[in-house]
Amino acid sequence: MHISKRGQRRLGLATLTVGLAAAAAPALGDEPAVDHALEIMAGSCTFCHGPNGVGVGPAVPTISGLHAEQFAYMMRTYQDDTNPSTVMGRIARGFSEDEIEQLAVYFEGLPFERPAQPAIDMAMAAEGKELAAEYCESCHENEGRDGEGVGILAGQKLVYMRYAVEDFLEGHRDMERRQARKFRELMDAHGMEGFEKTLHYYASVK
Amino acid sequence: MTTRRTFLHLAGASAALGLAGFPSIARAAGPRVVIVGGGPAGATAARYLKRYAPDAEVTLVEANPTYTTCFMSNEVLAGDRSFDTLQVGYDAMRAEGITVVHDRVTGVDATARTVTTQGGDTLSFDRCMVAPGIDFKYDAIEGYSAEVADSTMLHAWKAGPQTQALRQQLESMEDGGTFVLVSPPNPFRCPPGPYERVSLVASYFKRHKPRSKIILLDAKDKFSKQGLFTEAWEKLYGFGTDDSMIEWISGSNGGGVTKVDPSTMTVSSAGAGDFKGDVVNIIPPQKAGRLAFDAGLADGDWVTVNKGTFECLDVPGIHVLGDASAAAAMPKSASSANSQAKAAVAGVLALARDQEPPSPKLANACYSIAGPEFGFSVAAVYQFDDFENHLKPIEGAGGVSPANADPSIRAREEVYAHSWFENIKTDVWGV
Repeated sequence: MHISKRGQRRLGLATLTVGLAAAAAPALGDEPAVDHALEIMAGSCTFCHGPNGVGVGPAVPTISGLHAEQFAYMMRTYQDDTNPSTVMGRIARGFSEDEIEQLAVYFEGLPFERPAQPAIDMAMAAEGKELAAEYCESCHENEGRDGEGVGILAGQKLVYMRYAVEDFLEGHRDMERRQARKFRELMDAHGMEGFEKTLHYYASVK
Repeated sequence: MTTRRTFLHLAGASAALGLAGFPSIARAAGPRVVIVGGGPAGATAARYLKRYAPDAEVTLVEANPTYTTCFMSNEVLAGDRSFDTLQVGYDAMRAEGITVVHDRVTGVDATARTVTTQGGDTLSFDRCMVAPGIDFKYDAIEGYSAEVADSTMLHAWKAGPQTQALRQQLESMEDGGTFVLVSPPNPFRCPPGPYERVSLVASYFKRHKPRSKIILLDAKDKFSKQGLFTEAWEKLYGFGTDDSMIEWISGSNGGGVTKVDPSTMTVSSAGAGDFKGDVVNIIPPQKAGRLAFDAGLADGDWVTVNKGTFECLDVPGIHVLGDASAAAAMPKSASSANSQAKAAVAGVLALARDQEPPSPKLANACYSIAGPEFGFSVAAVYQFDDFENHLKPIEGAGGVSPANADPSIRAREEVYAHSWFENIKTDVWGV
């Protein structure tokens, strides 16, 4: 488990204790540190995202194990629709800045699990591995498992990542300059198939 | 086995000796909770009770060894999904330490704190959670009855054999036939459900029986996600043209159904005349499940609860979950039931420990599928208002999918709907 320094500074030790306790033992019993209000609020995420933020369905993304800053960034950009979504904008606007930070630390404290995904083509994944090393690994380090300032790609839902790539490519979602350059290079050299192979690879990472 | 009484003596003794030497006894001090009903509300409550309080003794009593979800059952009616994907069992919950008893509950006694079953068990509890689902007001429609609903004019509003039987009727219907669906007055389980059903049956007819018609007789003048369903019907099924597959007759146009005649498969409306159907699907007016009445919990058709803890206001110690409770402004949906059950569990634990229950923040998200690659949703986030006993939607949040969205967005929402289905089954039953 990893709690970022920034998150620690921002959220203070009291909230962190809750996050840590939740991560160490989701079943909390009589522990006075259990914040049931937070558990209930997090429970309003899991009927779509799956228990502990990890789903078995093919598309709704895993939200556990993300850096707290990344989680909060996603929620804030859903709120103002700078990050396009189907339903998340409408849901994110129901939470205050403080609640988003509580949820961010809560889900950061839970492991990003990687249940097998049904539709992964292992031949494509094998080719995608080389493309990922060339175009993605400099930011998405450790085979996409690290998420410092970026989303976790390793084991993220294939369909969700495909939608995210579509949104980036169609200009619905802002890219940083380096990301935009890498996207252009990958597209020029390998086309959409290159993206698809790369996504199959990342979805397959355990 | 240690009885409650001897246990209390032991607990007193261990307190005097210091708890350190008796960790196992200390762990057994969790509340005994009996949960009646293993649908989305009851099963969520059982699993989250065990999660929040591993020392709780959790017993779930459910009549059937398998639960069949209503959600996504409209896809089975359309032939788009296999029936078995709706079915879940209880083995995963047993593996988590929950005692699952398959029996029919005959009584809930709040004073004696016992649940009694048809099989002769008496289960003692500190707190009880009841999730009896819905029942039908058959007598609201002349000529309708449980027998008619089980033989000719099906409801298919509790999934299971009814779902399979209605699918069979739709499959057997000749091309050029008429499907009549009667939609109930508010409030009822799954507010967009009748309109999703009409949509998906239209989708099936369009592919396999394109000369067929659907008549939707409605007690109401407006319905959930109406703009989105209307858009889908216009785009997919010719709604609003002379050649529309779907005809909707609203309440003020006389769509309320007062009488049925199963022998001629005729439905009589208040002001729009008689309609004969080759297949007639009556979704009857609804009320809380039987046990809510037998146990004296209901207040009118539904159970009035504290919407923060879901404790029955009339019968303290009994919490009523899911569709049977009156939990406005939240709709009666699986997602609502799941979200509410977590608040109810926290309430049970707080009250059992003489603590202040949390003031919960809840959510609902509900998908409908109107045809191939045509999904949309409604969502809202709610804050419990203790003073008003109200679940208040957060302003500026929530709402339905945008009108006339790009087809790729509608396609994504269908994919997300199916993903939600897999994930909520896991969250509720651990399957």
